[in-house]
Amino acid sequence: MSDQVREQKDFTNAPLCLSGKGVTKIFGFGNKKTVAVDHVDFEFHEGEFVSIVGESGSGKTTLSKMLLGLSNATEGEIFFQGKPRDISSGRKKREYWKGIQAIFQDPFSSFNTFQKIDTVLLDCIHMRGGKNLSKEEKFNMMTEACHFVNLEFKELTNKYPFELSGGQMQRLMIARIFLLKPKILLADEPTSMVDACSRATILDMLLNLRDEIGMTVIFITHDIGLAYYISDTVYIMEHGKFVEYGKADEVILNPKAAYTKRLISDVPKIHEEWDLSTVDLMA
Amino acid sequence: MKNTLRQVFHSSKFVAGFIIFVAILLTMFIYPLINPGNPLQQIGVGTFAKPGTYVSLYDATKAPVSTFRLPDAAEKRLGSSLSEEDKVAMVEWFEAVGADISDLDTNDTEKMLEMWDEYYDPSAKPKGMIRAKILYYGRLDKSLKEMGNGDGDSISIAEPNEEGVLEETKKILDTDYVNTKEVANVKTLPLGTDNFGRDVLKELVSATGTSIRIGLIAGIVATLIGLTLGLLAGYVGGFLDDIIMFVTNIFTVIPGFVLLILISYSIGQEQRGAAVVAIVIGFTSWTWTARSVRSQVISLRNRDHVNLSKLSGHSLVRIVLTDILPYIASYVVMAFILQVSSGILSEAQLSLLGLGPKTTEVPTLGLMMNWAMLYSAHTNGSWWAYFPVILTITLISFSLNLMNTGLDQVFNPTLRD
Ligand SMILES: Nc1ncnc2c1ncn2[C@@H]1O[C@H](COP(=O)(O)OP(=O)(O)OP(=O)(O)O)[C@@H](O)[C@H]1O
Ligand SMILES: [Mg+2]
Repeated sequence: MSDQVREQKDFTNAPLCLSGKGVTKIFGFGNKKTVAVDHVDFEFHEGEFVSIVGESGSGKTTLSKMLLGLSNATEGEIFFQGKPRDISSGRKKREYWKGIQAIFQDPFSSFNTFQKIDTVLLDCIHMRGGKNLSKEEKFNMMTEACHFVNLEFKELTNKYPFELSGGQMQRLMIARIFLLKPKILLADEPTSMVDACSRATILDMLLNLRDEIGMTVIFITHDIGLAYYISDTVYIMEHGKFVEYGKADEVILNPKAAYTKRLISDVPKIHEEWDLSTVDLMA
Repeated sequence: MKNTLRQVFHSSKFVAGFIIFVAILLTMFIYPLINPGNPLQQIGVGTFAKPGTYVSLYDATKAPVSTFRLPDAAEKRLGSSLSEEDKVAMVEWFEAVGADISDLDTNDTEKMLEMWDEYYDPSAKPKGMIRAKILYYGRLDKSLKEMGNGDGDSISIAEPNEEGVLEETKKILDTDYVNTKEVANVKTLPLGTDNFGRDVLKELVSATGTSIRIGLIAGIVATLIGLTLGLLAGYVGGFLDDIIMFVTNIFTVIPGFVLLILISYSIGQEQRGAAVVAIVIGFTSWTWTARSVRSQVISLRNRDHVNLSKLSGHSLVRIVLTDILPYIASYVVMAFILQVSSGILSEAQLSLLGLGPKTTEVPTLGLMMNWAMLYSAHTNGSWWAYFPVILTITLISFSLNLMNTGLDQVFNPTLRD
């Protein structure tokens, strides 16, 4: 494919940052048992852009919550930077969350509606040890972060989350990541709420961040076309299992699993010229 | 926040309840300024004085006299001294002598006396009437004639002189009047006195205050216990949840009121001040709050805004206070209002059983009911000793429940019309 827009680096030899063996999540028991994630193995490397692709209900969000340490795996083990992850105490968890951050699927429910959005950004500065910075310095940092996502902090300060649009909320979430600069970012459908144009901008921001601070991005989406264009590696998820994974072009141009083929055929334009007029990923 | 308040005060139900409640509170604070003194003071000797204005007879005799010749004075005087018994006897006589009593109004004294003059005949011996009865009518007739012989009656007031001999000092004519403003002692008792001779209105105002305080303390205790346990069980979960739910279930299985009776009984009359009773009531009524707070927290704790707060490195306490509590605050306020209202009712029930606060310190609405019942106010027609109390209890819980319904409509948009 000539329209492959980015060169894909080979990450197989890069250091591991997050990996898992036999990770499983079962909700309920007896008749109501749901196996949301079913013995998955994965290896994510430093600086890699990984997409996890699957239909609605395939277990993507459930897996991401386990990766974040927000819910416990029923079975299996997760490794952080090659070592078994230890988040047994509150303090260890807080330490872990300095390295891994997330953008949640639903921006409307991601904010505390009782707090001004300044709090969200200030918390990030404080988490990075900026508690003793002066007011101006903090203000400048927040302005810079908002600028990065094309928002004016001056217009947002003292506003409540419900006074923002869905797209503004999602961009604010990315501004958060800009301030936090984590090693790993889990982005769960970060463009679900926005129009195609803003979607391109947001993806652009994620890629910029990846290049700027060298973080690993785990990008969760149901859109295999999108995954193909922005990721180095793709994991295809069906009913809680990874049915196929590998380099993005290998998987998508030579799909082996029937499920992958179906996903690809559902995207009408995947083998045609992709309209890139709105998605300028090289910018 | 400001918005929510504005919405709350736009709810007509809430505002109505709020106004009633504030009016009760204001009365509680203002009335003691107008009518100060110990509400438990026994001002009356004897029980259940009727509501009304009492004029000191002694002082009235000393007040400056004005003379009026009011046309219906004699008749009124007669009417007021004509007892119900006499009236019944008169009607019986009319019946016996075959008078037409179909449209006779026993309250129309003038008409009654007119008919008496017309139909009474001392020599008549109506059929079947025993001699004793005929003699009784003779006496009745005599006394009626004496009462009715019009103006010119007087009462003499005699006081002992230096030698200790009574000497007439003043003559009071039946045309003498005094201005109540010039009588040194006039006491208005809008709700009469109770069985101990206490001013019922004063007692009621003070009792309302105590009862509301009991309700508030009980509500605060119940809400604090329920909220803390509910938050812990719901947010921390696991083993702590199991323990808390075990305790909650035990408290739920034993009916709260039975528990309340047992605890109140075991504390003993002497130790049971109003505050102690309030705390005991609160201590036995938190389970409901704990359960519902827990289930709300469980549905909140996996929300993304809580997750984001965790990812931002916030402590458990901070998450509970800033990310959970505000979301259930409206609910907790409503539960609190209900607890206050049910706390007041619980105190009334306990006191009716004789297990209320000790009786020597403060009156409560429950104690007033208890006293009225013990001294048979309800059977001897002394409505003023218990009816205003029932009305006050009803009004308080009505206003609180009204506020609650209003809040419910604001906070649960599905209930809005
Ligand atoms: N808390 C839960 N309790 C019970 N079942 C759950 C829970 N969360 C998720 N599930 C189930 O797990 C399965 C996977 O859900 P998940 O949210 O991970 O899907 P998803 O891939 O993120 O879907 P989508 O693209 O719609 O977001 C679903 O069948 C869902 O019903
Ligand atoms: Mg999802």
